[in-house]
Amino acid sequence: MIRGDRIFGAVMIVIALGYILSAHGIQTSFMSDPVGPRLFPYMIAAVMIVSATVMILRPDPEAEWPAGPMLAQLGLALVVLIAYAYAITPLGFIIPTAIASGILSWQIGGHPTRAAITGLGLGIGLWIMFRLVLGLSLRGLPHGWGF
Amino acid sequence: MISNLAMGFGIAFTPFTLLLAVIGAFVGTIIGALPGLGPSNGVALLIPISFSMGLDAISALVLLTSVYYGAMYGGRISSILLNIPGDEPAMMTTLDGYPMARQGLAGEALVVSGVASFVGAFIATIGLMVFAPYLAAVAYKFGPAEYFALYMLAFCTLGGMGSNNQAKAAMSASIGLALAMVGLDKTTGMPRFTFGELHLQDGIDFLVAIVGLFAVAEVFFFIESHGKDSAIGVKLGKVLIPWKMLKRCTGAMLRGTGIGFVAGVLPGAGASLGSFLAYMTEKSVASDKDTFGKGNPKGVAAPEAGNNAAAGGALVPMLTLGVPGSGTTAVLLALLLTLNITPGPLLFTERPEVVWSLIASLLIANIVLLLMNVPMVKIFVHILSVPAWVLLPGVTMIAFVGIYSLTGSSFDMLMMVGFGVLGYVMRKLDMPTVPVILGILLGNAMEDNLRRAMVLSNGDWTFLFSSAISIGLWVAAILGFLAPFFLRRVLKKPPMPETDPTLNED
Repeated sequence: MIRGDRIFGAVMIVIALGYILSAHGIQTSFMSDPVGPRLFPYMIAAVMIVSATVMILRPDPEAEWPAGPMLAQLGLALVVLIAYAYAITPLGFIIPTAIASGILSWQIGGHPTRAAITGLGLGIGLWIMFRLVLGLSLRGLPHGWGF
Repeated sequence: MISNLAMGFGIAFTPFTLLLAVIGAFVGTIIGALPGLGPSNGVALLIPISFSMGLDAISALVLLTSVYYGAMYGGRISSILLNIPGDEPAMMTTLDGYPMARQGLAGEALVVSGVASFVGAFIATIGLMVFAPYLAAVAYKFGPAEYFALYMLAFCTLGGMGSNNQAKAAMSASIGLALAMVGLDKTTGMPRFTFGELHLQDGIDFLVAIVGLFAVAEVFFFIESHGKDSAIGVKLGKVLIPWKMLKRCTGAMLRGTGIGFVAGVLPGAGASLGSFLAYMTEKSVASDKDTFGKGNPKGVAAPEAGNNAAAGGALVPMLTLGVPGSGTTAVLLALLLTLNITPGPLLFTERPEVVWSLIASLLIANIVLLLMNVPMVKIFVHILSVPAWVLLPGVTMIAFVGIYSLTGSSFDMLMMVGFGVLGYVMRKLDMPTVPVILGILLGNAMEDNLRRAMVLSNGDWTFLFSSAISIGLWVAAILGFLAPFFLRRVLKKPPMPETDPTLNED
């Protein structure tokens, strides 16, 4: 039976091996010490491999993983957050925030209209709080639209 | 000590800092009361924002420690009214707090727990004042070998006590340490694990990791659970001060405080263990054992005093040794590092104004919190009815703004989202996320001390075990990691109320 712990452990072993490989390529300079810049990363990778092996050999009972539609929902949330990270610089704060928080609100609570109002309210309300009350330098609207 | 304290009050007691303490206490209580937001992610969210507001070190410290203590006070409100702990340390408060509320004693339970919180936190702050300088004096004797052992102790006990599976805790810690290695190597100046990415040269910002692991991961959980709307099922009448009940609970509060403080000072134990032990002790010494769990006010007073005393106690190792004992203190350490204050024994001699104004502001915050949490508790009860579908999107956006205003780069925000996914997966697998934070925070210092120890000894590894202090620390580390294997059979936790998966770790 495949369990989450086993998959995670296997992935971590691969990552740890890659980590060792990457650590192997670290260059030393003339300023060095008895330990050097590679040994501590090697030690970390070793701990990682040991604990990953234990996770593979003795996994805990399987957690309940989201399936089907719920996975799609979580994927959508992830896409929204990534898009938001890219959008906030060119588009300013208010528009991306209203859209992103509207979608998240809909995902958590349902009710499209309620979620749209929440998004709009958060977009404008948070901007007022950050910009006008707390005085952070945060552009509200896309470049050239004022604010 | 008194003159130092006077100096601290001289710095901290200005109208502006008082205002900050009031705001911080208010915001903190809300953060603590709202399920899904606890002291760790509350403080983590506010660090970048207070930083980009341009507050000076002491003002930022006052603001955020008030938030920290406030969150510790606030956790009890939803425990009592909703039977959902607002944060993990408040878990034990549900056991007797909710039954009291169901019997129509919600107001009494809130007052008793508020006063217990005050007693715990206030005495613990005094304890911090008394003990921290002693520990700082001992910490002077620490060399690199001792510090390396101390970091091992922090990871081992946090992994051993704070999780159900040592392998998973060790895995979490090594993920954190591995991430800490990213960036330029301090000794040689050579880049490590940057893969040619310029953004990674300075290393991974621990704030990005903390906000991602604690706050962004929360969103995924709420989407999955469809944010169970929090409806308050019990009525809160007029809040009066039940003097008799308070008098009955004095012993419970004091015992809880003592136990909580000790649990807080021990690395890796933290507030959750403090409140757990305080409750169990109170139950076993009480003459009316059978009423525990059915609404005994002592069962509310003891864990609340324990949890708040532990929050104060946890500051002792954090300030004197630079080693946090729990997730929340790890976040406070992140705060100090952001403010360019390095905790450790030198902090007490070189920057006494920071230490003593911090202590003064803790005392101020406590009094503000007592005044706020006893007569004004109704305001917070109203705020509790903010639905999750407004709260969580708002929190996420605050997280983004915090990181964005700190660094202004999309790269860091993407990394934060990545940490959110990691946090979600790890919590699904029942892996603790606090060791990751601790690893990122302490990784470089840990490696640095190891390398300095080896420079001192010319590469002789036995140097790590050459002093009595370091041997003691190593033994404690091994015991801390292995003891739970045996203790788990002896110490069985009492049945917990149904807890939602959105709880963040202390």
